[in-house]
Order: sequence, then structure tokens, then C-alpha cells
Amino acid sequence: MMQKSMKRWDLFPYLLLSPAMLVTILVIFYPIVRTFTYSFMQYILWKPKEIRFIGFGNYLKALEDPVFWISFQNTLIWIVGVISLQLLLGFGTALLLNQKFFWRGIARSLVLIPWVTPSVITALMWRWMYDGNRGIINDLLVRAGILSSYFPWLANDKTALYAIILALMWQGFPFFAIMILAGLQAIPETLYEAAEVDGASTWQKFTRITLPMLVPVLFTSLMLRIIWVANSLDIIYIMTGGGPGYATHTLPVYSYIRAYKGMDFGYASTIAVVLTLLITLFVAMYVRKILRMEDRGTV
Amino acid sequence: MRKERIRKGRMKQRTLRRIFTLHIPLLLIVGFALAPYVWTFITSLTPEEDLYLAGFRYFPSNPTGTNYQRLFSRIDYGRNILDSLIVASCTMLLGLSITVPASYSFSRHRFRGRTVLLAQFLVINMFPVVLLLVPLFILMRILGLMDTHLSLIIAYSTFTIPFSTWMLTGFFNAIPRELDEAAQIDGCNRFTTLLRVVLPVALPGISATGIYVFITAWNEFIYAAILTGSNVRTIPIALQNMIGEFKIAWGLLTAGGVVSAVPVIILFFFIQRQLIHGMTAGAVKG
Repeated sequence: MMQKSMKRWDLFPYLLLSPAMLVTILVIFYPIVRTFTYSFMQYILWKPKEIRFIGFGNYLKALEDPVFWISFQNTLIWIVGVISLQLLLGFGTALLLNQKFFWRGIARSLVLIPWVTPSVITALMWRWMYDGNRGIINDLLVRAGILSSYFPWLANDKTALYAIILALMWQGFPFFAIMILAGLQAIPETLYEAAEVDGASTWQKFTRITLPMLVPVLFTSLMLRIIWVANSLDIIYIMTGGGPGYATHTLPVYSYIRAYKGMDFGYASTIAVVLTLLITLFVAMYVRKILRMEDRGTV
Repeated sequence: MRKERIRKGRMKQRTLRRIFTLHIPLLLIVGFALAPYVWTFITSLTPEEDLYLAGFRYFPSNPTGTNYQRLFSRIDYGRNILDSLIVASCTMLLGLSITVPASYSFSRHRFRGRTVLLAQFLVINMFPVVLLLVPLFILMRILGLMDTHLSLIIAYSTFTIPFSTWMLTGFFNAIPRELDEAAQIDGCNRFTTLLRVVLPVALPGISATGIYVFITAWNEFIYAAILTGSNVRTIPIALQNMIGEFKIAWGLLTAGGVVSAVPVIILFFFIQRQLIHGMTAGAVKG
């Protein structure tokens, strides 16, 4: 106790931290500040003479930009579609894997494979399966009599976004499966035994014990996943490049295309900032809502 | 006798029910997880010209390894693998050498600003790549680092540092503090305690984190597309480049995909247990 109060400023922990902090400031905080600055500038790389501050010009431009609003709407469809499918399949997988059977270890390992699959590979494999000329999905659907002829899933503006959503469901459901499985295994067996003594049905046990006990896990994994899916852009970009037309433009894709193809750094930065603000707003609301539920004792 | 038969009947019924409620659904899910790989692998064994024959075939009549040969003879895939190896291992080494001391500090010391600094690493993990992309691009141009391994190694530290710091802090927290105290009683100073006593014990967690960082760097596409070009070309970029304007060489592409994904999957199986433990620990307790 004495020792602690005597050396009030122990520099050792800060010394250990300094390399990480230095790099973080250099490659994360400094760029973030720059992006905010660029978002108030007209900054097109190949027009260096016209680089200047334009205040909220880019933000006003976004409000009137139809592509921005299409991307915004697609982002919402994208998040809701991907997350609900991943959660559903992941939950089912976790419930199955939580039982005892002889090939459980192998099953758990194999189910994880999509999750470690590189995004580029995921995108290419699904693109090949969706192919309008030689795609196996078309072949199977025609054979099953569901389709009469091959359909260009990724080249049609009505189906492209949903086709990619399915591919991302494949890649991401193991994450939910693993998180929820860990949550299930943390529920004490005695709770179920007590419920059985009281004559509870399987359904009652699920809604009264399993679901409430899973709330913390679901809360964390849903939030992490929503942020991740909202930001993800490589799979969309590789599968369709944002097309056909603007059918698969989401906000990150739009920002990336503006920066990479148009070299319009000002406007790309503005879209990135708006996306970040939306995510921050969502996280803040989400956390507040959960905290309130905890206060009221609903959780 | 009769009781015995009834019990056997019930057992049979239970097994039957488990087949339909457990084994078959799970087999379907596992099949769904593996199907794209199976199809990709079969395609990679099909000669390119066979892919465009009339009539759909599930398996090539004469499976060959030509696609794999062409991968290395015609498009220099070996160099892409080398580029990816350099970038991924340097990213891992740089990341670990920075984040191991930082996480040890978070785990063992209570100091002013600790909570804020730790939370900061979680928050920056949430920022989209596009928020950092443009300034990093401009920075690399000014520093003359465009199209070099170093530009990617620096860019990848934007996601490896926050991630590893969180994972490693969790792993260090799991090691009892008594170990440090015992080491100090035995005459270790603070540096040697970390180096000789805590590090060896934390090694499984550290290597799991390191391998995960390696995998993420190996897989990364977005930064590589914007920061590198003809000089450095990692595997994801090489694969993307195989997609032509009108025709896609699917035989070659699927072979390239298999070659790039298999080592990642094998590596992952080694660290599975550690990694999942680290990831789920916080969420479950939380």
C-alpha cells in the first residue's frame, strides 16, 4: 500500500504500451483525422489545382445524390438479410452441436471451414456456382424443375444483392454457431434438471431457460456482427463490383469505388464519414437500449 | 423377456428420432458448409476446354492436374505465394512484438487511463476500412512506399493491433498473477519476469493470435488492391486479376483458390481451440 502511493507515476506500464500507441496514432488516428478533413474538401487526385475547402459541399451533394440513397437502402437490406440468415442458421447449428453424439468433434470443425475461408475465395466460389452458363446452382434448379432455363443471378439487378447475401450467410454463420454454442455450454445443467422435476416441456425449457440465459452472448455477437457486416465490402466488390448498375452498391462499396476508380478522395471520404457516424449512432442506441432493459430487469 | 423387448423398442424409437432431429439436419449443414469447396475442387481438376462442352457433367471424364501446373508455369503463382508469405509473416511479427508488451501491461498493471486506452482498441476495431483507406493511400505515396511489401505490412497493422491487443490481454488475464510474484521473489526484474516466466506460459495464446493475424493478412484484398500493383502482388490480387473482361479461366481460378485456401484451413485447425476460447470468453461472461 505504502509503495503504491509513493510512486504515483509508475512509467513502466506506459513504456510497454508506447509502441502500440505510437503505431495506432500513426496509422489509425492520424488517418481518421485526415479523412474528416478531406470530407470537407474538393479533392480529386487528377485535378490537383482544384483541391480546396468547400465546407459542407460534399455532404449536401450526398443528400441529393440518388446513388448515395440507393447505397444507403442497399446497406440496410444487406445488414438485415445477412444477419437474420446467419443468426438463424447459426442458432440451429449451435443447438444441434450442443448435443452429445459420436461425430460431434468432426462436425464442429467442419462447420467452421466457411468462416476461415478468405473473402476472395468465398466470392470466387460463389460467383462460379451462380454462373449463368455453367453454374451448378442453375443446373440443380433446372434439374429439379424449379427453373426452366439458366438464370444470370449476379447479372440481374433484382437478384444480385440477394445472391451475395446468401454467399455471406455461408461465410458467416459459423461465427454465430460458435458463439451461441459457447453460451449454451455455459448454462448450468441443474437449471434444466430442476425444470424437468417441475414438469416443464422441451419448448418451455427453451423459452424460459435457454433464451434468457443466452441474451448476453446474443447481444455481444449480434453487435459485433452487425458492425462487421455493415463495413464489409470485399465480397460484394469481387462478386459484382457494385453492379449491375447500382444494384449491389452499399455505402462502403460506393465509397471504395469513388476513391479507387474515380480518385475522388473528397466525396469518398464524406461517404466513409457518414457510414462511420451511422454505425456509431447505431452502437450507441443499441447499448443504451440494452442497459435500459437491464435496469428494468427484463433481461 | 417382454420388458426387455419393450425397452429395446423404445431405444430403437429414440435412435430413429435422433437420426431425423439430429444427424440428418447436421449432415445437411455440414454438406452446405463443404459443398462450395467440393465443387471448386472438382472444377480445378477439369481441363479448361471441358468446362465449355455441351451437357453438364458433375465430374470430368479425365481429371487432370494441368490447371495446377499452368498456375505455376504460366502465371507465376509461386511469386504471388512468396509475396503473400512475406507480407503475412512480417505483419504477424510486427504485430506481436508491439502488442505482446501492450497487452501484458493492460493485464498486469493498473494505471491512469487504462480503461480508456483499452476501450479505445475495441472502438477502433469497429471503424470501416474505407475510413482509413484514402489517407493511407496518400501517406504511402508521399513516403514512396507504393507497391512495396512494407506498405501492406503497415496498413495491416490497422486491424492486427486492436485485435491482437484484445485477444492477448484475455490470454494474459488467464495466467495467475502469483506466477509473476513468485518470479520476482526468485530475483527476476520486471523485464525478465515477462520474458522468461510469463511469455513461455502464454505461448499457446500468443501463437494462436499470431497465426490468426497471419491468416487475416494472407486473405486481405481491399488494401492490397489499392496499395500495390505490378511489383508486389499477393494471392487475392492475383486471383482477382485472373477474372478477365469477358472470359474467366475458371479452371485456373479454382486451382488457385484451392492452393491458397488449403494452408489457411490447416493452420486454423491447429489454433481452433485457443482462438475460440479467447473469442467466446468475454462474450459468455459479459
